[in-house]
Amino acid sequence: MKIKILKDLKSGESGKITRIDGGHGMVSRLAALDIRPGSIVKKLSAGVMGGPVTVEVNRIQIAIGFGMAKRILVAVEDSAS
Amino acid sequence: MRILLMGNPNVGKSVLFSRLTGVHVITSNYAGTTVHYTQGFMKLGEYQVEVIDVPGTYTLEPTCEAEEVARRIIDSGDIIINVVNATNLERNLYLTLQLLEKKVKLIVALNMWDDTRHQGINIDLDGLRKALGVPVIPTVATTGEGIKTLVENIPKAVSLEIPVRSHEERWAAVGNIIEHIQQVTHRHHTFSERLADASVRSFSGALIAIIVLTAAFIIIRFIGETLIGYVFDPLFEKFWVPVLTGLSVLLEGNGFLHNILVGTLIEGNVDFVQSFGLLSSGLYVPFAMVLPYIISFYLVLGFLEDTGYLPRLAVLADTIMHRLGLHGYAIIPTLLGFGCNVPAILSTRILESKRERFIAATLISIAVPCAALQAMIFGLLGSHGWKYVAMVYSTLFVIWIVLGTILRQIVKGFTPELLIEIPPYRLPPWKTTLQKLWMRTYGFLMEAVPMILGAILVVNVLFFLGVFEVIADFTAPVVNGVLGLPKEAVTALIVGFLRKDVAVGMLAPLSLTAEQLVVGCVVLAMFFPCIATFVVLLRELGIINMLKSAAIMITAALITGGLLNFIL
Repeated sequence: MKIKILKDLKSGESGKITRIDGGHGMVSRLAALDIRPGSIVKKLSAGVMGGPVTVEVNRIQIAIGFGMAKRILVAVEDSAS
Repeated sequence: MRILLMGNPNVGKSVLFSRLTGVHVITSNYAGTTVHYTQGFMKLGEYQVEVIDVPGTYTLEPTCEAEEVARRIIDSGDIIINVVNATNLERNLYLTLQLLEKKVKLIVALNMWDDTRHQGINIDLDGLRKALGVPVIPTVATTGEGIKTLVENIPKAVSLEIPVRSHEERWAAVGNIIEHIQQVTHRHHTFSERLADASVRSFSGALIAIIVLTAAFIIIRFIGETLIGYVFDPLFEKFWVPVLTGLSVLLEGNGFLHNILVGTLIEGNVDFVQSFGLLSSGLYVPFAMVLPYIISFYLVLGFLEDTGYLPRLAVLADTIMHRLGLHGYAIIPTLLGFGCNVPAILSTRILESKRERFIAATLISIAVPCAALQAMIFGLLGSHGWKYVAMVYSTLFVIWIVLGTILRQIVKGFTPELLIEIPPYRLPPWKTTLQKLWMRTYGFLMEAVPMILGAILVVNVLFFLGVFEVIADFTAPVVNGVLGLPKEAVTALIVGFLRKDVAVGMLAPLSLTAEQLVVGCVVLAMFFPCIATFVVLLRELGIINMLKSAAIMITAALITGGLLNFIL
């Protein structure tokens, strides 16, 4: 198990969200889209130059602004990486 | 009795609404197509009941204007049909549980049921019914499957006594249900999914975006010009010219009535653009110049909306849009603005903060020309050479960037980050795409044509009364001194408040140079919104912000017009 920041995940890598470092507003906005501690996310692509990070959670694709993606921590299985 | 359709964004509530009520509403494949509620009626047994299509919401704690609308309306409903995306129960059931806690009568429509099979998702329906305690009906709104059963079961909607839970408890409850009733089998990526991945990656995505937008532009031009050249123009030339010529002779070629109906003769003939009579320009401008472009623009836009491409464009545009104080999703209202600014400004409701909505609405009103205005710019400037048309567009683009950069600095508040759902690509259901095109075209014919005729009537009466001359003399220092246009061009600016297409048409008889036309078109596009846009800006922004926005428009238009006059 390794804890990584969501934006640092490789494309195609997945893991379980362990923590979201944000205010109540940000946490609840993300939670509404199923991005919350315990959710399994798979990173699909990352925008360069501060573009949004795209992830898949429960077969739905979500684009997350770069600033938020920096504050989401994900536990990645060692074997997966 | 009142039935509410509620559910997450982009689960097909509006398609279901059309099925239930026969009322056609604009539907697309992206979250936030519906930003205000739509009302319709359906027959339930012997009764007429009211059905409301509520904007999509992920949760009952509102995060943007559209969700706020959804939350406020709950208490007014007798029965709620909770439309659920069957391929994503994990998230959709969260709202279902929240609704159940409100103790309202609920029935669940398990929509996109057909997609569960393709995606290898197996749902135990009876298990789900037991777990939720309310009727659950699988439906496919786009084909109509299950709608009849849904309607039959509406009276069986029940309200349950469920205590209000905390977030964690609710998510745990959802997880618990999913574990028991859903099985997902792994399967390989399909071609459209691989394409879906490619279109949000920065390099391949940018390439795809350039190709899509260029193709869109070429197709819009091609269809528009073909309709004009092979359908509408010949129709007018062949059938309408003889009628007008006859009428002109009958009215002895001059006089008040002649000028209002046929217009002024140009070198002894009726000129559809310059004559400016109700029956000449009044019909030619809307039907032969603007309508073809309305049709071609909305056909292409509808296609893009229904495939699900627009949210991907939003992801790509995010970095640029942040420089303008917006986030990527603002690209959707902006694109809508190229059709008509009114629905564009309404759709800024999908943006979360007041600041974003102000910036987006202002930028759209200033720098995004509607289809009617663009059609006239093509018609008038195109004959002088395409580089002049390109000048208008590039000027507006620069204004969009510069003004956005300034607004980002000076408008108070904050812009939240992009957080959107990216829908799967879908092949547009042709019937609904064409239906949508028809609704938008019909809307143009019903709303714009009377306005155009009214504007032309007003122009003629004011000319006759000599009002324009007085104004023209008064504003000459600005119009002539700053913008370098003949003083009579002020009439076009005034008429621009009624209809921008008519206003551009008024520049035609002034025998302007191509450069002057460029200045005229740019200033007309920026100067002030047309009355329809003005009303919707006032309603959406409030009077104070509307005034601020208008002040920005006038200042920016005069500065840009002056600069262009100086450079060209």
